[in-house]
Amino acid sequence: MSQIAFPSPDPTILARRDEIVAGLAAILPPDGLIADVAGRRAFETDALTAYRRLPLAVALPCSIDEVARIMRFCRDGGVNIVARGAGTSLSGGAIPQEDAIVLGLSKMNRILEINLADRYARVEAGVTNLAISEAVAADGFFYAPDPSSQLACTIGGNVGMNSGGAHCLKYGVTVNNLLGVRLVTLDGDVLDLGGPAPDAGGLDWLGVVCGSEGQLGIVVEATVKLIRAAEGARPTLFGFDSCADASRCVAAIVGAGIVPVAMEYMDKAAIAICENFAKAGYPLDVEAMLIVEVEGSEAEIAAELARIGAIAKAHGVRVTRESMSAMESAQIWKGRKSAFGATGRVADYICMDGTVPTGRLPEALERVGEICAAYGLRVANVFHAGDGNMHPLILYDVNDPDQQQKAEEAGMEVLKMSVALGGSLTGEHGVGIEKRDLMTCQYSDADLAQQKRVRAAFDPQAQLNPAKVFPLERRPA
Amino acid sequence: MIVEQAAALAPADEDEARAIVAEARLGDETLDIVGGGSRAGFGRPPEGRRRLSSARLDGIVFHEPAEMTLRARAGAPLSAIAVALDAHNQMLPFEPIDHRALLGGGEPTVGGLVATNASGPRRVSAGAARDSLIGLRLVNGLGEAIMSGGRVTKNVAGLDLVKLNCGALGTLGFLTEATFKLLPKPESEATIVIRRLDDPRAIAAMTAALGSPYGVSGAAALTPGMGREFSRTFLRVEGFAASVDHRAEALLKLLAEFGPERVLCGEDSQRLWRGVRDVEFLAEPRVRAVWRVGVRASRAVEFLARLGPHALAHLFDCGGGLVWLATAPTPADAAAVRAALAPLGGHATIVRAPQDLRAAVDVFQRQPAALTALTRRIKAAFDPDGVFNRGRMYAGI
Repeated sequence: MSQIAFPSPDPTILARRDEIVAGLAAILPPDGLIADVAGRRAFETDALTAYRRLPLAVALPCSIDEVARIMRFCRDGGVNIVARGAGTSLSGGAIPQEDAIVLGLSKMNRILEINLADRYARVEAGVTNLAISEAVAADGFFYAPDPSSQLACTIGGNVGMNSGGAHCLKYGVTVNNLLGVRLVTLDGDVLDLGGPAPDAGGLDWLGVVCGSEGQLGIVVEATVKLIRAAEGARPTLFGFDSCADASRCVAAIVGAGIVPVAMEYMDKAAIAICENFAKAGYPLDVEAMLIVEVEGSEAEIAAELARIGAIAKAHGVRVTRESMSAMESAQIWKGRKSAFGATGRVADYICMDGTVPTGRLPEALERVGEICAAYGLRVANVFHAGDGNMHPLILYDVNDPDQQQKAEEAGMEVLKMSVALGGSLTGEHGVGIEKRDLMTCQYSDADLAQQKRVRAAFDPQAQLNPAKVFPLERRPA
Repeated sequence: MIVEQAAALAPADEDEARAIVAEARLGDETLDIVGGGSRAGFGRPPEGRRRLSSARLDGIVFHEPAEMTLRARAGAPLSAIAVALDAHNQMLPFEPIDHRALLGGGEPTVGGLVATNASGPRRVSAGAARDSLIGLRLVNGLGEAIMSGGRVTKNVAGLDLVKLNCGALGTLGFLTEATFKLLPKPESEATIVIRRLDDPRAIAAMTAALGSPYGVSGAAALTPGMGREFSRTFLRVEGFAASVDHRAEALLKLLAEFGPERVLCGEDSQRLWRGVRDVEFLAEPRVRAVWRVGVRASRAVEFLARLGPHALAHLFDCGGGLVWLATAPTPADAAAVRAALAPLGGHATIVRAPQDLRAAVDVFQRQPAALTALTRRIKAAFDPDGVFNRGRMYAGI
């Protein structure tokens, strides 16, 4: 018996299914609408695969006009809409419901404009994260946020979740790299928020739309910042005999005024899993490892690594391995970025995403270990240490309902602990359905009511991505 | 006890602020939020009947140097925060503009900084105030205490009401507390100076520098008559000393065709960027209106050409993406600015103008009807009875 509840589907909507499909068919070309069960099955879950619901229908529009017409049609008919990019959400943000349609942006995948002089790209929502960087790599530019799923995940989804990634320590998360969005509201209005010129003034619409998990409107286009890459970049591995030493080293590096581009933490379990998959040359005999990437000229890299190396030494580092080639650097990052996939080969897991103040990391890691041990579960820790964004992977067997329940309970305890230490339930994966019912740990009723009133300013009937983010309200019997 | 300071209501804590707002709401009262007063001349003129002051919400709540975070109450003077950060060689990343050069007196506070999203030249590399503001507390128009964000830099739990309130000129709530992420103060800085470039060449030099791999953290250009009789273009790099030396050298090579002449360091460089940050060069004559125009750098010259003689003086920041502009303080000039910008895309904001002009014309870029309606609904979501700062951003909202 799984723990996360879904609202019971609205029978009046289910009864009108044929009529709703016919209405969508009048808006979309035949290949833009999926109504058969087999086709809909592909959209029933996302990366939170333990949960699935078959959507009423799947709309795959090709144009802003089609999106606007779908929105008006659904508003008028009271049909709920679940936006979807590539379906890589780890929090169930794109999991549909039986009485909702999925609005997938995958066909809107054109790069519309690249302007290197003004350092921005304007792209449709279905363009993948990595495709933006690839399009400008030859000119030496990149788009900074780099979620592990960047090969597949779309910019629309990144905006929805305010996605992060390993390199956000220096360059910020999606909201810090987003210049503008084109948003289609439930009324079918097309709003241009922000834009390539800086500092729009007025209310910070971008700030509230980014991370709103598809509940304020449909992002159909994004204008993002392009950054010129540094002269060079190099990751170095630091292996420690204790997790506490490694996490204290992180705090010391930050405290010394050094801001590396990335600072990643892996414990012994995660190292073994990733090394087995990626053959990145990770040290297998250490308890914890940091991947620290610095950038600049050869001399700058050497100087910064020397500073970091001295701090690591003071924290008892035993193994230090600097990448000696571009290929080696790629392997080191491949190992880290495939952590979730590689873990999936050895066990089922749920991935937590709590954030704690960096000064509390040693304590938080210890508590994660204790909590999982108490449930008799294994855990692998791999996360963005520089900003305290933890990703404990709690391992379990999905075919064992008892274990699944335990894993979920352990995960909830870990997240509550993150909040209690002054942190957050989620640093970059979003609330989705997964952490919805824990929101009351982080926010008061008044805080949540305020957020909901802002949501209602965009979507008064809560038709967009319903039953996500906010604790499920009990319907009157 | 709620103290009445110079006819302003000045709560000493969040509970007192809640009580004041709840009472104002029931009494159909309207409140204008005031802090140190240094940014009081920004926005449309106040329309409220009483003033609500953050003066007694003073003090730093915490500064965690090792976590690079600071939380302060809304009335805390920025000068006190600078002292606390200096002691640990840290700083607010976004180099907030001190509006006193343009607007006159007062004491800049945390509340005013948040209300105006006050930022400076380093926004090209470190973003604006909203990018470093990671948490806040406020009292909404219902008299409720609301928290959003927190003290960690990565936090995507729920809707981000932090950024929504940053730059909202206090129209959505009375800020009581704000939390910022910090940066280490750079060990060293260097500014490359290029003299005598005309506007298109200045923009070209800045564009080349910002598109380089050398981490430029300031790109500004002053026109003739601003401190010197010739124009000057400035490019700043910051960081560890050896790195700054290397990147300054590399930039000098990259920009050779523009004839870079000298490199300013240390206090000379800092003084220069303070001047750019505070737009000192447009402070006089004080009768002029001053505008902040966000436009794509590649269109900045075209914008000025379209504006013609209405542009009395200008300088560029953010590589030309921000044009600071002086015009005569008339509705006709305001209309000319809007008309010149319209086909190019961008945002023009009046930062300084006489009160009657700020009442008569849009201070912020006019929004399309759907966005104006949304602005009204957001206002109502925080402040349904219109207690706070009525009309400060948009007439009637």
